[in-house]
This record gives sequence, C-alpha cells and structure tokens, in this order.
Amino acid sequence: MAETILELKHITKKFPGVVALDDVSLDIKKGEVHTLVGENGAGKSTLIKIITGAHKPTSGEFWFEGKQVENNSPSYAKQLGIGVIYQELNLMPQLTVAENIFYGKELKKGIFLDKKEMNRRCEEIICDLGVKIDPQMKVSRLSIAEQQIVEIVKALSEDIKILIMDEPSAPLTNSEIDKMFEIVKKLKQKGVGILYISHRLEEVFEIGDRATVLRDGKYIVTLPVEELDKQSMIRYMVGRELGQDYPGPSSEPGECILKVENLTNHRIKNCSFELRKGEILGIAGLVGAGRTELVRAIFGADPVTKGTVTKNGRKLQIKSPRDGISNGIGLITEDRKNQGLLLNKPIDYNTTYASMDKVCRAGVIDFKKEKEMAEKYMKAMDIKAYDKSQKAGTLSGGNQQKVVLAKWLATDSDILIFDEPTRGIDVGAKAEIYLLMRELVESGKSIIMISSEMPELLGMSDRILVMHEGQIKGTLSREEATQEQILYLATL
Amino acid sequence: MNGQKSDKKRHNMSQFAIWIALLAMLIFFSVTTKGFLTSTNIFNVLRQVAVNGIAAVGATMVIITGGIDISQGAVMGVASVGCAMMINQGIHPALAVLLSLILGLVIGICNGFFVFEINLPPMIATLGVSTVLRGVAYIISGGLPVYGLPESFTVIGQGYLGPIPVPVIIMIVCFIFGYFLLEHTAFGRYIYGVGSNREASRLSGVNIRKIYYGVYALCSFLAALAGIVLLSRVNSGQPKAGENYDMDIITAVVLGGVSTTGGEGKIVNVIVGLLLIGVVLNGMVLMNISDYYQRVVKGAVLLLAISYDKLSQMKSQKTA
Repeated sequence: MAETILELKHITKKFPGVVALDDVSLDIKKGEVHTLVGENGAGKSTLIKIITGAHKPTSGEFWFEGKQVENNSPSYAKQLGIGVIYQELNLMPQLTVAENIFYGKELKKGIFLDKKEMNRRCEEIICDLGVKIDPQMKVSRLSIAEQQIVEIVKALSEDIKILIMDEPSAPLTNSEIDKMFEIVKKLKQKGVGILYISHRLEEVFEIGDRATVLRDGKYIVTLPVEELDKQSMIRYMVGRELGQDYPGPSSEPGECILKVENLTNHRIKNCSFELRKGEILGIAGLVGAGRTELVRAIFGADPVTKGTVTKNGRKLQIKSPRDGISNGIGLITEDRKNQGLLLNKPIDYNTTYASMDKVCRAGVIDFKKEKEMAEKYMKAMDIKAYDKSQKAGTLSGGNQQKVVLAKWLATDSDILIFDEPTRGIDVGAKAEIYLLMRELVESGKSIIMISSEMPELLGMSDRILVMHEGQIKGTLSREEATQEQILYLATL
Repeated sequence: MNGQKSDKKRHNMSQFAIWIALLAMLIFFSVTTKGFLTSTNIFNVLRQVAVNGIAAVGATMVIITGGIDISQGAVMGVASVGCAMMINQGIHPALAVLLSLILGLVIGICNGFFVFEINLPPMIATLGVSTVLRGVAYIISGGLPVYGLPESFTVIGQGYLGPIPVPVIIMIVCFIFGYFLLEHTAFGRYIYGVGSNREASRLSGVNIRKIYYGVYALCSFLAALAGIVLLSRVNSGQPKAGENYDMDIITAVVLGGVSTTGGEGKIVNVIVGLLLIGVVLNGMVLMNISDYYQRVVKGAVLLLAISYDKLSQMKSQKTA
C-alpha cells in the first residue's frame, strides 16, 4: 500500500446562504491517479480551492505527509508541493517555454539571467516526460496540448508531490489526450499523486486508480475504479430525490415554430432541431458543452458561420440581438449582472429598456405609456420592491431575475430562451418562475430552457436536447428522459 | 432595504453639494471683491462660460457612455480657423458656418470610428485626433491668426438679445436640446444604458454602434459650434483657439456629478459645475490672482471632483 500524501478529513465549506461542501473526506496516495467526479455544482471546484489554499474550509482537517496543516494559503500550498493545472492555461504567450517555466524563479549568473542553464534544465524535464518541445520557442507558437505540457513541466520544475488537473482533456483532441495520458503515467511512476477532474467518464476508467464521487457538495463514495462501471458511476452522481414540485407538462405542443438547421460557429457544430409552439424544450449538457453558445447564435448575440434559422416557415436573417428581438426571440441570459441588467438604473427603466420602440413616438418617450407598461409587467412578475425607482442592483437575486423577465415579457417575444433561469435564486422565487414559464407556454409562447439542474430539466421540459462538445447528441422525450440517459449522452 | 435608502440619501446629498458650493462661492466673492455682484459681471461670467458650456453638452453625453473626448479644444481651433478662412475666401458666412459644423460632425464620426470599430480607449483615440487637428489648424493658417472678418459676423459672439449675450442664448438652447435628448428620447435612454452596461444593452437590442457614433458626432459638432462662437467673439481665427479648453470642459462636467465610469449624471448639474468654475475663475481675476494660479486651481478641482466620484462609487459597491 502506497503512503498517503494528502488527506482531507470532514471538510465543510459554507458560503453565505450555501453549503458548498458538506463533510467531504478525500485522500491522495503516492503514485496514484485519484479521479474526482460529479455534476456541475457538485463542489469539485470548491474542493480544489480548499486544497490549493484559495479557500479556507469552515471546518475539517487538512493533513499533508502526516502533519496537520492549520493555515493553508496559495503560497503555502505551493511550498508543500501542490501544483495545479487549470482548464484555462496561465502561460505568458510572449515569453519562451523556458522563460515561462522559470518565471519568478529565474536562474542567475551574477546579475545576469543564466539563459543557457535555464534552457538546459528545461530540456531535461521535457525529455524526461518523453516529449519534444524546444525550450526557446515562444509559447504563443505552441499548440494547446503543448502549452498544457509546458504547464505540467512548470509544475514539475518545483518538485511537486501532488498535481491537481482540472479538466485537462477539455481543450485537447483525442490523439493529444493519449499523449497527455502518457505523461500522466510517467508522473505516476515518479511518485506524484494526481487528482484528476474530468467530465468524461471514459477517462476516469482509462487513467484513474480510484474515483471519488461528489453530489450537491456531499461526499458520496470513494471506490477503486475496477469496482465501478459507467452506469453505476452515473447512479452515484445523480441519485437524488426530486425536491421541487413542477407544474405539469404542456397540454399539447402545436406545430413547429422554429427550425434550426446545421447552425455552426467556432463553438458549435451542425446543430439542428425544431421547437414547437407551446412547448418547453430543455437543453442539457455539461458546462462548456456549447449550450449557451447555441442559443446565443440563434438570438444573434454571436456570429454564425453556417446554417439557417427558420421561423414559421420564413428564413430569418439574424445578425445581431436587435434582429433576434425584432423576429420575436428573447434571450434571458444566465449572467444577470453583466448581461441582463442595468444595475445602477431603476426597475421601471430596466423593464422597458428592450421595448423602447413601443413607448416612443418618433424617438420621443411617451412617459405615460412607459409608466403603464412598466407597471403592468412589474405587477405581472410580482416584483418585491419598496419603489419602482429602486435600483436593480439592490434587489435580491430572485427579484433581479424577475426584472429581467419583465423586460423580456414587455418585448412580447413569442420565443423565449431561458439560460439557467433559476441560478442563484431561492426556492420560493424558483417556484414562481416555473409557474410563469408554464403559463407562458399555455398562452401560446414557446420556450427553450438551458439548465444544469437535472430535476429542473426533467420537471419542466417537454423534450430535452442533450449537447456535448458543441454538438447535439440526442433528443429525449419527456417519457424517455432520465438523469442517467441524459448524463450518458452528455458524456458520450 | 435600509442600505438602499441611505444610498439614495447620499446621492441626493452629493447633488446638493455642488449647489451649496456654488452658493458659497457666490457669497464669498460678493463679500470679498468689489464689482462681483453686478449685472455686468454676472453676464460677463455667463458669457465666459458660454463657449465651454456649448461644448460641455456634448462632452456630457460622451462621458455618460463611459467615454471621454479630449479633442473638443482642437475641433474648436480647426472650426474657428477654417470658418474664418472660408469667409475670407468669399464664402457667405452662413454657408461657412454650416460647413464648419459639418466638419465637426465628420471629425466626431472619425472619433466614433476609432472608439467603436477599432476599440481604442477613448482617451487615446481622441488624443490622436486632437493632435492631428491642432496640426491642421496651424498648417492651413500658416500659424498666424486670420483677420478681416465682416462686422456683421461678430453678432454671434458679441451681440446681445435684450440684456442677454447671444452666446449665452446659444448655450441655453444647447442645454435644453441636451436635456431633451437625454431625458426624453430613446436615444438618450440608450446613452445612459450603454454607459451603465454595454453588453446588456447590446443584448437588449440596442444599436450600440449608432449610440457611439451619435455621441461622438454630437460632441464634435457642438465643439465646432463653440469654436464658431469663440471666433466671432475674438473676431479673428486663432489656430490655437480652444487650447486646453477640453480639460476645463471635462472638469465642469465631472464637477456636475457626471461619473467618468459611465451611466450616471444629470445635465442640469453640469450647468452648476460650469458656473462654479466660471465663478471661481472670475473671482480670482477680480482678486488679481495670476493666470498661473488659476491653472493650479483648475487642475486641483478636476482631481478633487474625479476622486470624489471614484470614492463614492467604491463605497456604494461595497454596500451593494
């Protein structure tokens, strides 16, 4: 039995209003690849941040090489020998490979930099990994996979004992992933303990020794990979009760209102689907699957390189959000604060903001009309504020979302796209938003809903599209859809 | 809820602060200097702030979008010299004025191009444009003032309508126009919206290109108008006309509570900011304080006003 390097005991991390981690324990042994799996929001990132010292746990113990660590911090974790490779690489593109690797700890000869020695040492580590990269090459000229190797080399140059790899395969092609696995195996031989996080379950089986599953911030199980298969792993990941009541399914979806064919841009590939009148179409997928990118492309927020969008049999020319809105499409973005609201402006101002043409004559605002419109939709959304002149930024998350919804209801769009409609919203407001969505489709509108919350997707959607890596991997009817089915398609 | 209310109160306080400062200055100079509180001097102050006031209406709009335009002074110079030379070439003054205003509009569109299409920081874009324009003003005039304008032309800058100087009337018209545009039109709403949250505005269907080009075009157009008023007042086209005016204008706008981070500000308060600076400078002249000191005061006031804005913003972010 290999010795344990890192051990977390009963870690709990509370943020105001949320328990991100609830009594989670985890240990990493010398020379093992410990995989960490869980859905979006299961607490994986928080756990990484605890290990790297970016977050302090609310309670629980942190042991490293048999000694308890009391005050972990990013710099202390580095001293201990904990390295991290994030999904977004943190290299300086204008510097060479060697300069990046020795950044902040340059070797010197007198007052001058010892470039020769740095290049030599760099070459040594790279060769050791069995790859070939010129230490004097500028990082900007390397491929993403090579840059990732540079990150690994950078971590190795500091004599690491634990390497955390957060979704390392996400930006890589299949052959590049194989190469990365080779390197991971070399690291294992050197006795480095690796914590490997991935959305792709296949990888867990291919590279992992043990797997720990988190769900909703709770520790579920740690098992040797041999004792798991994909189905059982998914069961561990999703096995929870539906905690919310959802209004029933649509009475009867009508004819096709929106038809998307082969929609393609740099983030999505050949996406085709149909949306029927009066239905809620859910889009499932893991973070980064291209769900948001797909709806942004339909709405006109991002450019499209190929493909068509047809509404009621008429081909649409959508080049900007303005075109989207004038064609009766509304997009309720997931990021309310940065993309949805004018935070320093009052509620009424926000409510009418996307429909100024309805309250203006020749560009001049009819204040009476504007007031009527604002009050109508504020009332419809039951926004709780002491005054309609209250600034949007001072409202609670739920009320902010209602203001965004009021804005889009005011545009009178017949297709509404909800991107994570209930993120960061309390249970009460959630129920109200679900009810509203159902009322909207009953009144003949159609809804596309992106959600990372499985119960919400299953409870609200009439049909569910599943996306992975920018492509639509399948469509499930309300009857067919189960959490296992969705996760299966989402990790295909 | 409580924090929100005190936030509102503080906001009202800062709006009052500038009125109180103006009142304090008026009282101070009335007491300490002779000849301050005479109708002649009051109109004198107003006439002095008129040129900057006209331009400030445009600057206000640009700053509300979160931008800045430091080319207004140079536009004044080019418009002033250009207009004077056109009149000397025998072009009818009315037509010359019209052409100068169109020139202003075109320059503004250039500013808009660099800021919106090339995505340059507005400060850098307008600095570049400003430097080019100033050079052009010197080149076309050979570096010398352009004299020989017809007597009738001086009406714009020196005339009176009843007791009120014509430049003051032009300024008031500009402010009414600016107020109407900002408070009563969709365009004005979008100016605030873009300054408050550009991406949310784009996703709400706002044609943000139109807004950017619009505010910069208006800003330079009004600067050109200010340049013509200046030309008429001094009755000669000076290639250095308007030099350093842009900073005075920005000071007045920021002093009026328009936030340099965008999205906030009332044009009515800009008038107060303008008057405050006008009164202080006028009072200093009456007290025989040298021009060099005036510069120090102007710079210090700009720094104070911007710092105050920044600090109150940081505070409200903390409470939010």
